[in-house]
Amino acid sequence: MKRTLILALLLFCIPLICLPLICLPAASSAGERLILASTTSTQNSGLLDYLRPLIKSATGIEVHVVAVGTGAALEMGRRGDADAVLVHAKDLELELVKKGYFVSRRDVMYNDFVIIGPKSDPANVRGSSSAADAFKRIKGARGPRGFFVSRGDDSGTHKKELSLWAKTGISPASLKKEAWYLEVGQGQAKTQRIANEKQAYTLTDRGTWLSKMDSLDLEVLFEGMPELFNQYGVMAANPQRQKHVNFDAAMEFIKWLTSAKGQGAIENYRTPRGDRLFIPNYKETHGNAG
Amino acid sequence: MGTLGSALAQALGLLANPTPELLAIIWRTLNISGGALMLAALFGLPIGAAVALWRFPLRGVLAATLNALMGLPPVVAGLFLYVILSRSGPLGFMGLLYTPSAMVIAQFVLALPLVAALSSSAIKAVDPSIRLAARTLGATPAQATLAVIKEARFGILSALMAAFGRVMAEVGAVLIVGGNIAGYTRVMTTTIALETDKGDFSLALALGLILLLISMAVNMSVHYFQGRAHVERIA
Repeated sequence: MKRTLILALLLFCIPLICLPLICLPAASSAGERLILASTTSTQNSGLLDYLRPLIKSATGIEVHVVAVGTGAALEMGRRGDADAVLVHAKDLELELVKKGYFVSRRDVMYNDFVIIGPKSDPANVRGSSSAADAFKRIKGARGPRGFFVSRGDDSGTHKKELSLWAKTGISPASLKKEAWYLEVGQGQAKTQRIANEKQAYTLTDRGTWLSKMDSLDLEVLFEGMPELFNQYGVMAANPQRQKHVNFDAAMEFIKWLTSAKGQGAIENYRTPRGDRLFIPNYKETHGNAG
Repeated sequence: MGTLGSALAQALGLLANPTPELLAIIWRTLNISGGALMLAALFGLPIGAAVALWRFPLRGVLAATLNALMGLPPVVAGLFLYVILSRSGPLGFMGLLYTPSAMVIAQFVLALPLVAALSSSAIKAVDPSIRLAARTLGATPAQATLAVIKEARFGILSALMAAFGRVMAEVGAVLIVGGNIAGYTRVMTTTIALETDKGDFSLALALGLILLLISMAVNMSVHYFQGRAHVERIA
C-alpha cells in the first residue's frame, strides 16, 4: 500500500518537473511576435483567425490577438502593451496619432452597423427614417427593463451608439438612469447574445451579426444609412514613446494588411454561410496619418 | 433544449474524437497550472514548514497573512500583475505580459498561500510525541523535523492538489495577464468563456466536461489523502 502511494506520488511529480521545461521554450520562442490589440468584432466574426496563418506564411510574423473593445485596445497601444491596433473609431485614432501615441495609421476596411432587435419589433423601428429616429422610437416605447442593450465598454460600437443617442438629444448620463437601458460591458458577440436572451434592441456590427445570426432569434430592423458606416483602421504604437514595442513587426503587419495581397484576403473572407463581412478600402492617398 | 441537446451531442463527439486544437488547449492548461504548482510547492512548502515548526519574529503575522491571502480574488491578483508586467510598468522591459509565463506567475501567486497555509496546518496536526520519540531514539533536531514532515505527507499532498484545483479552474487572472491569445495563452477556462460568448457551445461544453472531470478527480484525491492522513494519525 505504502509503496503504491509513493509510486503514485512520483508519477504525479514527474510531469510537474517536466512541465516548466516544456512551458519555458514556448514562452521564449516569441521571436517575431506581434501583439495586436483588436476589437471583439474582428475576432468574433472570425476574420482575424482567418488572416493569422496568411500573415504567418507571408511575413513569418506570429500575430497574437488580444480582443477587447476599441477604447481598451487604444489604451493597450498607448501603454505599449500592444505593438499594433486594429480598431474602429477613426476620429479618435487620428487624434491619438496627432498626440504622438501612434504612428502610420491606415484605413483598412469597412463594414456597417445595424440595429437588431426582436422580430415582433414592439418599438416599430422598421419604419424609421434614420438611425436617430430609430433610437427615438426605442426610447419612446418606454419598454421593460433591458429593452435596449448597450455594449457599455468604451468600444467603437459603444462610441457610435452614444453619438446616435446624442443626436436624439439624450445625454449618456440620463441614459444610465433609464431602467430600459442596459449597459452590459461585454464584447460584440456576447452583447448580441444578451440582447437575444432579453429580446432587446441593440446596435451591433454587421460582421459579427452575419457570423452569429444563425444562433440568434433576432432580426436586422434598421440598416443601410451612411450614418452607420463603420471604418476600421490600423496603426502602430509609437516606438519613441514605448521603447519595448515590436515596431518592425508592426510595420510589416501594416504593410501586409494594406498590400494587394492583404486587401485581397479581406475581400475574400466569407462566413461559413457565404456572407461577405468586410470590404477592404485602403487608399494610398486617403485616410492615412503619421 | 434544441441548442443544449445538439451542443451536448457535438461535445461528446468531440470528446470521443478530439481535435488537435482541443488536445493542445488541455495540454497547455496542464502545463501552465503544473508549472505554477511546482513553483508554489518549491516556495510554499518551506514557508509552511517554517511557520508550523519554528518560532521567529512576526510568525503570527505571516501565518495570518497566508490565511487571508488564500481568499485573494483571482481578478485582483491579475490586476496587480497586469500593472506590474505592463510595458509601462516596473517589469515591462521583460515583455512578460500576454505570455504563458505571466499566467504561470499569476497562478503561482494564487497557489502559494494555499500551499503554505494548508501544508503548515497539516504539519502542525502531526502528533507532537513523534518529534519526542524521534529525539529519544537519538535523532538530531533536523532528523526529527524530517520525521514530522514525513508524517504530514498526505496532508501536504492534499494541500498541493487543492492548490492545483484552484489555479486550473481559475479564469479571471489568466484572462487578464494572458489575454486569451489563440494557440498561445488560451487555456480551458478562457476558451470556455470565449466560446460561450460566441455561441459555439459544443467546444465550450466539451472542455467544460473535461475540466469538471479533472477537478473532480483532484478533489477526490484531496479527500483520499486527507482520509489517509487521518488514518495514519489514529494508527
